[in-house]
Amino acid sequence: MNAENSAVTAQALSQRIALTTRKLTLAYDGASVISDLDLAIPAGKITVLVGSNGCGKSTLLRGLARLLKPRHGTVYLDSASIFKLSTKEVAKRLGILPQGPVAPEGLTVRELVAQGRYPHQNWLQQWSKEDEWMVEQALSITDMIELADRSLDTLSGGQRQRAWIAMSLSQNTDILLLDEPTTFLDLAHQIEVLDLLYDLNQTQGRTIVMVLHDLNQACRYADCLVAIAQGQVVAQGEPAQIMTEALVREVFGLESRIIQDPVAGTPLCIPVGRRR
Amino acid sequence: MVKPSSLIREKARSPQKVIGRSQALLVVGLALCLLVLFICLITSITFGAAEIHPNTVFAALTAFDGSTEHLIIRTVRMPRSLIALMVGAALAVAGTILQGLTRNPLASPDILGINSGAAFAMVLVLFLLGGVSAPVYVGFAFLGAGLTAIAVYLLGSLGRSGMTPLKLVLAGSALTYLLFSLTTSILILDQETLDEIRFWLAGSVAGRDVSLFLQVLPCMVVGLLMAFAMGKPLTTLALGEDVATGLGLKTGWVKVTAIVVVVLLAGSAVAIAGPISFIGLIVPHVARFLIGTDYRWLLPYSACLGGILLLLADIGARLILKPQEIPVGIMTSLLGAPFFIYLARSRVKR
Repeated sequence: MNAENSAVTAQALSQRIALTTRKLTLAYDGASVISDLDLAIPAGKITVLVGSNGCGKSTLLRGLARLLKPRHGTVYLDSASIFKLSTKEVAKRLGILPQGPVAPEGLTVRELVAQGRYPHQNWLQQWSKEDEWMVEQALSITDMIELADRSLDTLSGGQRQRAWIAMSLSQNTDILLLDEPTTFLDLAHQIEVLDLLYDLNQTQGRTIVMVLHDLNQACRYADCLVAIAQGQVVAQGEPAQIMTEALVREVFGLESRIIQDPVAGTPLCIPVGRRR
Repeated sequence: MVKPSSLIREKARSPQKVIGRSQALLVVGLALCLLVLFICLITSITFGAAEIHPNTVFAALTAFDGSTEHLIIRTVRMPRSLIALMVGAALAVAGTILQGLTRNPLASPDILGINSGAAFAMVLVLFLLGGVSAPVYVGFAFLGAGLTAIAVYLLGSLGRSGMTPLKLVLAGSALTYLLFSLTTSILILDQETLDEIRFWLAGSVAGRDVSLFLQVLPCMVVGLLMAFAMGKPLTTLALGEDVATGLGLKTGWVKVTAIVVVVLLAGSAVAIAGPISFIGLIVPHVARFLIGTDYRWLLPYSACLGGILLLLADIGARLILKPQEIPVGIMTSLLGAPFFIYLARSRVKR
């Protein structure tokens, strides 16, 4: 597909909704974390979930990826409930990268990335040219070709995270969910990973939904920001529209000033602490 | 679906050759392992109290003439060696599956108490019912192995942090001690049973009942074939439950099937040769060291290497105190204990 086509596709996608939740209630061992949540995730956009620790944003992401069975309600992928579709069918359309995944010792980058092809294979069709192609493409996009035959435990944190993202890419899904893809990375590697995800969204029109800890990075990279507090959506929309000092107070219980990010022009949250 | 962009096409190199080469290497390696296994099998048949020339061994297998030497080979040494091979393979594959399933380098059917569970159930049935038919006997081995596996899993998953490698091993050790005490109590109460099974309880492949072996052989073969068929899902599951679910794997099914296979393999191994330790712990590590993390290859390699190791251990058990023989389970413990300590010190995180 050429650039013009993908731009058209991206535009068409932007009017659509990728994932919808209806009265979604998620619970761990009885205590409900998310209750009666209605949320629509726009297709072809980057949506970022933010909120304080324990607000339920990671739980919500797990619910969206069908890793957690809801107590009530459901998640719709297009118009079908993801719990009604076969899990392999869902895996062809929706990829999830959990927080801090751990690979078995000695696993090479290429072996890991090849695992992304799992949902596209079956007993008859074990390993096709297309599988090979997707793995190479994923390695290439994440700039991991040079490191492809290295074992994961010999890589730096940033390289390792790129390898996991490459695995999600070879899965070749329209929707990609990521739980704190920048945890444990230093600042340069955080930006590297976020830029990579931004490029994927821009050039291929993939829908990206991620949980981020850093509010300013969230504002910079999100098309759609979802602020969550106590298992409820407090605000959803473009960062420039919804990021206010009042929202930060409500979501994080923190006094702050919002100024303009001198680089990106997006909202920048400056916390107010005791030591002014 | 997102289509590959033309830009990337140029950057990608053709990797088929690389993968093709390593696959060829794996096939050759496996063929080599099978060859070594065969040599060990012949050596095991050749060694023994009566000196028998390898040529005679071949003759006994191909052109049986009814002589004493041929009889010894056919009725004593052949069964013994084949039992060692199959039991080694079964325990090694069970260990490989358990280590992948629990993501725990110390997991194996003996460390997790599954072997002890099978052994206890068999001693119990022998004590309560006396002589029972082979299928009942084997059935109790499976029952004991299965119940222990479930108990260890539940005990190991207690508490806030869920299942951790350490908790699982501790639960396994605790159950092993409990079952061992119970087994010993029964044997103290019933001296006759003790004499019958003393050798078996230490883990032995010598002088086993051939008809019993023929009873468990199909279970072992089915267990091994099922294990080999699970290579792909187990490789994916080893990435962690969340990642595997995200990739469309039905993790619940894979786990249940894998446990059934482990119970089948460990239960039948214990039924015929007693609770032989450490084969299921050592072999998976050797196999992973040799070929990496792909269970499609790890499982057949483990089977081969397990057979080789137990055959060698059994040859050693005959030679070390010649002309006396020690149970092969003692040999494997001598080999395995230092290895276990090495693993516990270097490989276990947290």
